[in-house]
Amino acid sequence: MMITAGCDVGSLTSKAVVMRGNRIIGTAIIRSRTHPEKTARQVMDQALKMAGVDEKDVAHSVGTGYGVEKIAFVTARHSEIACHARGARFLVPTARTVIDIGGQDCKASRLDENGGVLKFLANDKCAAGTGRFLEVMAKILNLSLDELGKLSKIARAPVTLASTCTVWAQADVIQYLNSGETVADVGAGVNNAMASRVASLANGVGVTADVCMTGGVAKNQGVVHALEKLLNERIVIPRKADPQLAGAVGAAILAREIAEGSK
Amino acid sequence: MIVLGVDVGSLTAKAVCMKDGKILSQALIRAVTRPSESARQVIAQTLSAAGLSLEDVAYSVGTGYGRKQIPDVTETESEITCHGRGAFYANPGVRTVVDIGGQDAKALRLDADGNVERYSYNDKCASGTGRFLEVMADALDVPLDKLGELSATSSRAVRISNQCVVFAETEVITLVNQGAEPADIVRGLHHALANRVAALAKSVGVTPSVAFSGGVAKNAGVVLALSEALGCELVPLDGVDPQFCGALGAALIAMDRAGEKAA
Repeated sequence: MMITAGCDVGSLTSKAVVMRGNRIIGTAIIRSRTHPEKTARQVMDQALKMAGVDEKDVAHSVGTGYGVEKIAFVTARHSEIACHARGARFLVPTARTVIDIGGQDCKASRLDENGGVLKFLANDKCAAGTGRFLEVMAKILNLSLDELGKLSKIARAPVTLASTCTVWAQADVIQYLNSGETVADVGAGVNNAMASRVASLANGVGVTADVCMTGGVAKNQGVVHALEKLLNERIVIPRKADPQLAGAVGAAILAREIAEGSK
Repeated sequence: MIVLGVDVGSLTAKAVCMKDGKILSQALIRAVTRPSESARQVIAQTLSAAGLSLEDVAYSVGTGYGRKQIPDVTETESEITCHGRGAFYANPGVRTVVDIGGQDAKALRLDADGNVERYSYNDKCASGTGRFLEVMADALDVPLDKLGELSATSSRAVRISNQCVVFAETEVITLVNQGAEPADIVRGLHHALANRVAALAKSVGVTPSVAFSGGVAKNAGVVLALSEALGCELVPLDGVDPQFCGALGAALIAMDRAGEKAA
């Protein structure tokens, strides 16, 4: 069966996926370094090693993401829109709305029955509503991103952050901590603020069930649950693979479509 | 007759004391946590400099971010009205006022009598406010009040592509690591801030003469960049410290009200 690969070089993390036919056989996620070309090489080597295949066995490979122009070894490059839609549909075949939150951006797409993209919106201009917002807040709260995500569950009365701007919200958080609010209530407030910003982007494309969430923030249960409440829809999180891999999976699928001549 | 104008901002508090239409004294302090305490301190300093006490004051007007919490003032007035009034007093040819404070930016257009015709305001996004420069000065390890001098030594501005404070901070750190000259970066930052605020000013319609007030107006680099972005010269506020524009306007309004009351 044909072996294809996808590589998604993001601003904070880079991902690679190797597939044999319809099956994921190798994956890797690493933190992006200063040189995207080196990062791409390193993450792909890791995924190939895990798959136990040699690069010359890869029929086709597709690159995507923020650093796509710098990926030297791929046979084609494709937009994040195309790759994320394919990846999300592979991981959650019933998905009609895909919300992807990356380290420095947030994307929402509405798909038709066949997975074609009907509408797409992205924010990469403002840190609010991106992974960076949570990173900044986790740092002030002196928590890991994982710990921050879990706080919503134990919070009793989550605070409301008045400001959308990450810089002003940071001041709100410090003020709440100084006035004696618990870390759990402040952390839950942070997750809620994040969800509310993402919800407005998702509503901009029109939310249709099933809603699937990909990207690193999909692992934050606090944000996912808050977003479910705001959108009034259940959110499906990919189980077949790490939600952060969606773009790279989509790229590997696109590589197969290219090889088969269907694209 | 003695009147007092008090402007309690997010970072600094300012007060101006006037007697029979002339400025007797003024003071500026760094704001403390409670606006009421900032107000008390700055009022005490201003009156003591003039050798007066609170009982000597016939009328007082409070303005600024913390105006609702100023004790001992006769009444409060919006920042827009006070800034317009202060700038028009300093230079009656002024038709447009651009004010950049520590946590906001305002643009207002005045008619020939100094009344506010239109205004626009940003306090939602830290980009385009004094905070933008504060964060960048910190990242570059340059004192805030030295940014203007530093940018004057630059021969070529570095283009800053991010608008968001959080993203631009990362960009600045990357630029430093890549070996860009701090002076060139600062000049680029001044342009970035000026372009953002110029967009705000253009939304009210820029009519000459244009005056620039607020703490950031003391940065010669931003003055130059804003003048370029607006495509017109910025006129000086005769004999008035740009940071005192709001407090002065408040004192002038206090004078009017005291006069109305006496009549």
